[in-house]
Amino acid sequence: MAARPDSEVALAARVLSPVTAIGEATLEIAASIGRVALFAAKATRAALTPRWYFGQIGRQLSAIGFLSLPVVGMTAAFTGAALALNIWTGGSRFNAEEAMPQIVAIGITRELGPVMAALMLAGRVSAAIASEIGAMKATEQIDAMVTLSTDPFRYLIAPRMLAAVIMLPLLTLLADIIGIAGGWLVGVRVLDMSPAIYIQNTWDFLQDWDVESGLIKAAVFGFIVALMGCYNGYVAKGGARGVGRATTQAVVSSAILILAADYLLTSLFTRI
Amino acid sequence: MAEQIIPKLEWRGVSKRFDGPPVLADLDLAVAPGRSLVIIGGSGQGKSVTIKIALGLIPADSGQVLIDGVDVASFSAAERAQVFERVGMLFQGGALFDSLSVWENVAFRLINAERMPRREARARALEVLGLVRLGAHVADLYPSELSGGMQKRVGLARAIIGQPDIIFFDEPTTGLDPITASAINALIRDRVSSLGCTAVSITHDLASARTIADEIAMLHQGRIVWRGGAHELDTTDNPYVRQFVDGRANGPINADV
Repeated sequence: MAARPDSEVALAARVLSPVTAIGEATLEIAASIGRVALFAAKATRAALTPRWYFGQIGRQLSAIGFLSLPVVGMTAAFTGAALALNIWTGGSRFNAEEAMPQIVAIGITRELGPVMAALMLAGRVSAAIASEIGAMKATEQIDAMVTLSTDPFRYLIAPRMLAAVIMLPLLTLLADIIGIAGGWLVGVRVLDMSPAIYIQNTWDFLQDWDVESGLIKAAVFGFIVALMGCYNGYVAKGGARGVGRATTQAVVSSAILILAADYLLTSLFTRI
Repeated sequence: MAEQIIPKLEWRGVSKRFDGPPVLADLDLAVAPGRSLVIIGGSGQGKSVTIKIALGLIPADSGQVLIDGVDVASFSAAERAQVFERVGMLFQGGALFDSLSVWENVAFRLINAERMPRREARARALEVLGLVRLGAHVADLYPSELSGGMQKRVGLARAIIGQPDIIFFDEPTTGLDPITASAINALIRDRVSSLGCTAVSITHDLASARTIADEIAMLHQGRIVWRGGAHELDTTDNPYVRQFVDGRANGPINADV
């Protein structure tokens, strides 16, 4: 059989190139998911089994939790205040302004508290973790750690994972309180509502599960924030440019995964 | 019949390829106990990969790394940890932990792997810093506050604090001025002799190689193309070594520019 001329082969390659590109991209996405899943499994194992470096865990609890208090607190206060104004305006269209405290409370505890706190942590913590671990990788500090008989997953990754999973629910609880307080402040100072009635309405209407479901979400988001920061930093390549890329990817992938996980968890919780 | 000496460290038929041509191609290399071997060669010829495979930082595609005649791959996790506790490494850039002070860097293995109390580990770190001629005044500084030569010495202190049986040096004098480089070479020679350990170094610096080596091997395109005593470096007629030592652009080695 005669061989096909080169021009025909080149034409076929050009025609099929979009298909090839789609196929390659699909394979790469599948491979990336596999790599992240393996990393997550290794990190979880390191976090849940000894040996634990308690000094490192303490440092990360402070860096991830305590130092995030101002940013999470301010975000929650403004979000609660803005939410109160929007619900008041929207509710007034069908004479439901008085339901504003209850809706603010449920909106903050079930949705905005955990999501806003997690997005703030994605920007502040995930980026910091990715750049720190990425820089350590680029300067062979992680290789050095291995040669010094210390497992980087236990010394570097596990403390960050544990700290984020523990601290994000606590930050969310604080965001819930400050967010509701922000709504209260607007309700009382701007909209002339009675302070006592606002608190009474909020307290009577709010159920335990509203708060609990938000805290469960926060723990999952904490896992995502730390995982994306650690993974992108750990696989960073190519010096300063690679570290910069890892930092961006950590923030973007954390934010997308937080919002996707939020929808999935909300769908799950509404069926319970 | 003379008894055969089992090499302290041996690469047997080791191959490694990333994207592109092989970096190591069926590499065979062995170092006898207590000897100092320096691997020389151009950039990108696989010198760092050779060391990283021996340290288990990069997996080989094929072949074996043997320590005291035993394949490292056959070790259990516990045996492997035990063996690698007696291995030290000085990285090219120092690879000091920039969030830890100098003494915490030096004592890192003692505190985190051997669980030595911090007070005792600090005393031991100060002692070893003294061996590399650094005073106690640097102990509480951070790596970013030190000069390049001081960082190398801290890295050396960190590498030898565990009394290693095998020690690796990756470009120990790169980026240092000639006087500091000479001081680092002397320290390496002194520490390796007094510890009685087996040393493997990689360098482009021929003055460094002549000082710290008992033997020198030249790596080119993933294979050893010459091996001899340090004193033979200037007398051998091996064309690869001659070109490398003379620094000529023309010869069997294509300049990678």
